[in-house]
Amino acid sequence: MKEMPAANPIIFDKSKCMGCNRCMEICQVDIFLPNPEKGKPPIVAYPGECWYCGCCVMECPVEGAIELQHPLMNRVHWIEKRLLIEQGNE
Amino acid sequence: MYDNAWPYPLEYDREEIINADVLVLGGGVAGCMAAIAAARAGQKVLLVEKGATKRSGAGGSGCDHWESAATNPCSKVTPEELTQAMLHDNDGFNNGISHYIECREGYDRLLDIEKMGGKIRDTEDEFVGADFRDDETKLMFAYDYENKFTLRIWGTTFKPAMHKELRRLGVQILDRVMVTSLLTEKGAQGGRCVGATGIHTRTGKFYIFNAKSSIICMSRPARVWLFSAELPGLCEFRPTQCIGDGHAMGWRAGAEFTMMEKSVRAEFSASGRSYPPYGAGNNHNTWYAASIIDSRGKEIPYADRDGNILNDVKDRFRPAKGQKFFMKGGGIDFPKYEIEGPETLSFSKMMEEGYKLPFYADLTTLPEEERRVIWGMMVGQEGKTNVPIYRNYTKEGFDPAKHVLQCYGTGWTSASFLPQERQLFGLPGGFFNDWTLSTNIQGLYVAGDALYASDCYGHAAATGYYAGRHAAKYALSNDLLQWDRQQVDKEKVRVYAPLKNDPHSSIGWKELNMAIAKTMQNYCGEVKYDDLLKVGLVRLKEYEENIIPQTFAYNPHELVRLLEVFDILTVSQIIIEASLARKISVDALYFKRGDAIEDESSKDKLIVIKQHEGEIIKREVSVDFFGDLKENYEKYNQDYIRGDRS
Repeated sequence: MKEMPAANPIIFDKSKCMGCNRCMEICQVDIFLPNPEKGKPPIVAYPGECWYCGCCVMECPVEGAIELQHPLMNRVHWIEKRLLIEQGNE
Repeated sequence: MYDNAWPYPLEYDREEIINADVLVLGGGVAGCMAAIAAARAGQKVLLVEKGATKRSGAGGSGCDHWESAATNPCSKVTPEELTQAMLHDNDGFNNGISHYIECREGYDRLLDIEKMGGKIRDTEDEFVGADFRDDETKLMFAYDYENKFTLRIWGTTFKPAMHKELRRLGVQILDRVMVTSLLTEKGAQGGRCVGATGIHTRTGKFYIFNAKSSIICMSRPARVWLFSAELPGLCEFRPTQCIGDGHAMGWRAGAEFTMMEKSVRAEFSASGRSYPPYGAGNNHNTWYAASIIDSRGKEIPYADRDGNILNDVKDRFRPAKGQKFFMKGGGIDFPKYEIEGPETLSFSKMMEEGYKLPFYADLTTLPEEERRVIWGMMVGQEGKTNVPIYRNYTKEGFDPAKHVLQCYGTGWTSASFLPQERQLFGLPGGFFNDWTLSTNIQGLYVAGDALYASDCYGHAAATGYYAGRHAAKYALSNDLLQWDRQQVDKEKVRVYAPLKNDPHSSIGWKELNMAIAKTMQNYCGEVKYDDLLKVGLVRLKEYEENIIPQTFAYNPHELVRLLEVFDILTVSQIIIEASLARKISVDALYFKRGDAIEDESSKDKLIVIKQHEGEIIKREVSVDFFGDLKENYEKYNQDYIRGDRS
């Protein structure tokens, strides 16, 4: 039985990640565990405990191998000011 | 759910003993600076950190501004003026000692951190000629550009630089170990501190630390009223594992606390209720002084403290007519007239005048260098904004010259909160300290967020270094005392007990945390009543006596989360005891009584509480107990003033 978590803060690009575990070693909350398969991305064992600081991404030696994303409810809205004014005046 | 076998070796019950001269508990900003000071004083230093020191603590991932560096060469205010303003702003309910240290030594620490490799000035000349930049020193300032005492900093570079310096100095760093208790002479509560115990967060191994002096550099409490079982990492502004372990173990050891009755309505995160701090439209701290517009693009005016509308953006960074300086930043929530800075007109006034919701933060019309310093630098350097806000929004196409960012709620809180959703924020309570940052327990010092009325990066760094110096001095003139076997054995029983229960009939850390938070919302919410507080205390006692023995943890990681919740339970008890001890409402403490029952004699007093053998012992201390700031500082720090290294 599997269950989807309330949020998936960490996304690995498996084609880029070398499995160096630097993200795992820097995470102060320790949400990752090493992958039983060497060279594979760490497992996000405790996604709910992520506090969204981004240190894992800052520490990663390969651009784009790991990404941090806010949960859906925390994704905010922005708009081109020109469009906002146009809409507001309609 | 993770269903593989635990990947680390399990070492429950195994013991390791480590000796040191100075023991630093917590490796955040304060802990690193404490360890650096003690090591420079020639002491053998051990630093114990629950996460990874290189990036741990509330300031590990970054920081965009450093407040109250009054001794920087461009400052037009003195440490005395700034500290007095902070005291006055809180009717005296503030830590005069620690904030004077912040004002007096903060800039020394910045220079220190720069030598370690941190970036504190615009060395790349990205902002030459900007009003907020001093072109001679290349220092950059925030808020009050005339008085120049708060600096913009490249805080993402700081923690790795400190970590490197710790290693260079030979400090022994023990990462991934949670400190669980303080050890005292002969195991007696209130006795001299002789070290601490810890547990490895991955292996469960037990540690005994024996030292001549110890420094608590752990966080302020969190998750007391706020909990989300699904997203516990979003409950508070500070990191998930920073929940006030230090307060709990200090209380158990007999340390004195003050202002623990103070809590504020949630401002940040709050079990995920808010939108990302500094990631939604706002005009505070990181985002000062962004323009705010309504949904038709109409700008909400800024006004000075007298209500004069400020038409020029430059006026947002100047004191009002007849005002010497103004203050902004972490500890300033509802400033008094004397230090009140420019602010957008109130939400209610905007509604009256027909402004259309929602509002947006608008950088498009700011002068180019103001836009670039907010979006490029401040948002790029603040603690939780570099990756999830600055990099991600940019990647998704956000252009600060073109786009406006929506506000949620009605101000910088990024949401609307309920009155019983409370946090220890904005100068909360903590350990009571003297002029050496010693607690009432001999050999136990305290720094950073563990201090009462703490805030911000500069405060943590300055008090950390200061406590490190004084703890080193204590270690130089005192012997290493033996720890008490019985005290250690009792602690081992306590920390490992949950492993022995049956998971199918037990309670996990989330269930317990949720119950505590609900209890605190119900019995110790915005308005306090003796009758409710007393029942709340009974409920917490029931959890302590009947529920804790029924808890379970699957592995060392969960065990640490559970031990944290035990600490949250202890902190909740301190908060209720402190609330019971204060019989009248005090505005400066955001402390509201529904049943004011006594005279007003304690109105200007700090209530200092501790426990001894289960009894609560309380005393009242004048809010200005620390005396003349400059005179006392100089009395205790002649060696530092002279420039001695030991």
